[in-house]
Amino acid sequence: MSTGTALVGAPLRRPAGGLRALRRTSAKVGLALTLLFLLIMLVAPLVAPYDPYDQDLSSALSPPSAVHWLGADQYGRDMLSRVIYGTRTAFLAVLVADGLALVVGCAMGLVAGFFGGWAEAVIMRLVDMLLAFPYLLLALIIVAALGPGLTNSMIAIGIVYTPQYARLIRGQVLAVRQADYVRAARALGASRLRQMLRHVLPNSFPPILVMATLQAGSVVVETAGLSFLGLGAQPPSPDWGALLADGQSYFLTAWWIATFPGLAIFLLVLGFNLLGDALRDHFDPRRGA
Amino acid sequence: MGTPALQGESRVTRYLANRLVQLLLVLTGISVIVFFTMHVLPGDVATMLLGERATQAQLIDLRHQLGLDQPVVVQYLDFVRQMLHGDFGTSLRSSRPALSDVWVAFPVTLQLSLASLAIATALGVPIGVVAATRPGGILDNVLMTATLFGVSMPIFWLGLMLLLVFGGWLGWLPIGGLMPTGVDVPRVTGMTVLDSLLSGRPDLFVESVTYLILPAVTLATVPLAMIARITRSEMLAMASLDHVRTARAKGMPERRVILRHILRNAMIPVITVIGLQLGLLLSGAVLTETIFALPGLGRLMVDSILSRDYPVVQAGALFVALVFVVVNLAVDLTYGLLDPRIRRA
Repeated sequence: MSTGTALVGAPLRRPAGGLRALRRTSAKVGLALTLLFLLIMLVAPLVAPYDPYDQDLSSALSPPSAVHWLGADQYGRDMLSRVIYGTRTAFLAVLVADGLALVVGCAMGLVAGFFGGWAEAVIMRLVDMLLAFPYLLLALIIVAALGPGLTNSMIAIGIVYTPQYARLIRGQVLAVRQADYVRAARALGASRLRQMLRHVLPNSFPPILVMATLQAGSVVVETAGLSFLGLGAQPPSPDWGALLADGQSYFLTAWWIATFPGLAIFLLVLGFNLLGDALRDHFDPRRGA
Repeated sequence: MGTPALQGESRVTRYLANRLVQLLLVLTGISVIVFFTMHVLPGDVATMLLGERATQAQLIDLRHQLGLDQPVVVQYLDFVRQMLHGDFGTSLRSSRPALSDVWVAFPVTLQLSLASLAIATALGVPIGVVAATRPGGILDNVLMTATLFGVSMPIFWLGLMLLLVFGGWLGWLPIGGLMPTGVDVPRVTGMTVLDSLLSGRPDLFVESVTYLILPAVTLATVPLAMIARITRSEMLAMASLDHVRTARAKGMPERRVILRHILRNAMIPVITVIGLQLGLLLSGAVLTETIFALPGLGRLMVDSILSRDYPVVQAGALFVALVFVVVNLAVDLTYGLLDPRIRRA
């Protein structure tokens, strides 16, 4: 949340030696966790032992066993299958919310940084305004306006993170605009669009990557949080947050319903955070401790 | 006139005036955002209030009553005028003024946030200090891994797990709520812990604290981890400065170097982070309040969203935003007080 903004304007090292960012054990663990969940998402239908929507009232609330490894919920649905299918919503949220924030935020930042003047004034005041809002409150207001639901909650979270990208990219543009190679491009008559897309954007890639990875973790937690509150994915969809909300009603009698979806959220977010930290330390060593 | 002290004073006044103008701008912006998301995006408020089956005549009538047939700018100015008079409309659920519902719920959130911040600070700062004394050591690695776990923790899950273990399995602490059913603390501030003290009831005090422990610990997790990480990195940054090396060269005991020369300076940014966390806690308590069934502001907002009680959503959003912005301004000003370099800049 607060991690990305400090990167603004930081002199950047070009990625040296490809995967050097992954030397540390923590980075490897982060990458392994993220890839594991990605793999689970891709092969969900193959590895899930049951249909995540299949009800079997005879095994309702049955604890973890050889039949249901992670137990079954109040309708006898297999928790393992539901948690496995939950990876889909989690990655979808990252793709939609983080993607939306990245695309819109970068566009805003590029325009503000490159054109200056009133465009910059309008965009950056809007960014300041959005940043002055506590992010969860902003997400709640947007969901209130759009109506509860998974798509709307992802849009809301996307909007909440947009200003951070805008601010990051504007800082990058201001820093890179005066670099010799951009000035050279300008002197050679490159259009503003070409300068932005060919020179500024590619050179801003490392901090964007760092921010996108760190935000991915926050996006997963917050989408699940909104679903948990009943404002995101609606039952019976196997969303981790919604599963947790289900489990809350039964947590004293059937602890497994809430425990495993929460564990899944935690591990995926941990993966993104470890990876993001490693990337940040790699591209901006001054901030690494 | 012209003395440094006076010049300093006028500079402080100018800075304050500047910040207050900024505050007003931000608040205006927030009111615009809240107004437009509530009034323009959701389509038709009248249909929402009357339901799909309302007749066209009823809809037109209600739109006129609510002023929805006026131009948007006029509607916004009306909204601001009413707001400045403290009138946020009437809750559609409780039929009380929306602001009074918000006002009743706020102390619950405030008490929870303050308790969490106290826990996060009391543990986070020492953890950061200990980790920084031997960077790269085993203890540092263990503590920093733990804080990373803390940052990655979905607190709604942690809350449930703590409830399960300490409330359910061990039975040491109560499972949610503010006080036992049927027990009421005489309301003074609305914060149960403080009110039980003010009314001279130590038994209620103990009771209210036991109800506060789990939610406060849950909500404290993320800020605790952040405070520990910031403390550690600020300590390490300070430790490499010249005055620290000089202190060591003079033969000052390490303990004194750490406490007097490193920690004291490192605390300035740490205090800022702690202050900023309060704003986030006040707005972020909604998940914790849901798990622990606390009738706080976050819970009120979510319930109001789910039941489309827009006056309360609006009042709550503006109230929280106002508190958030004011707390952050206060933190900035404290920062200036703590660090003379900023005051003079």
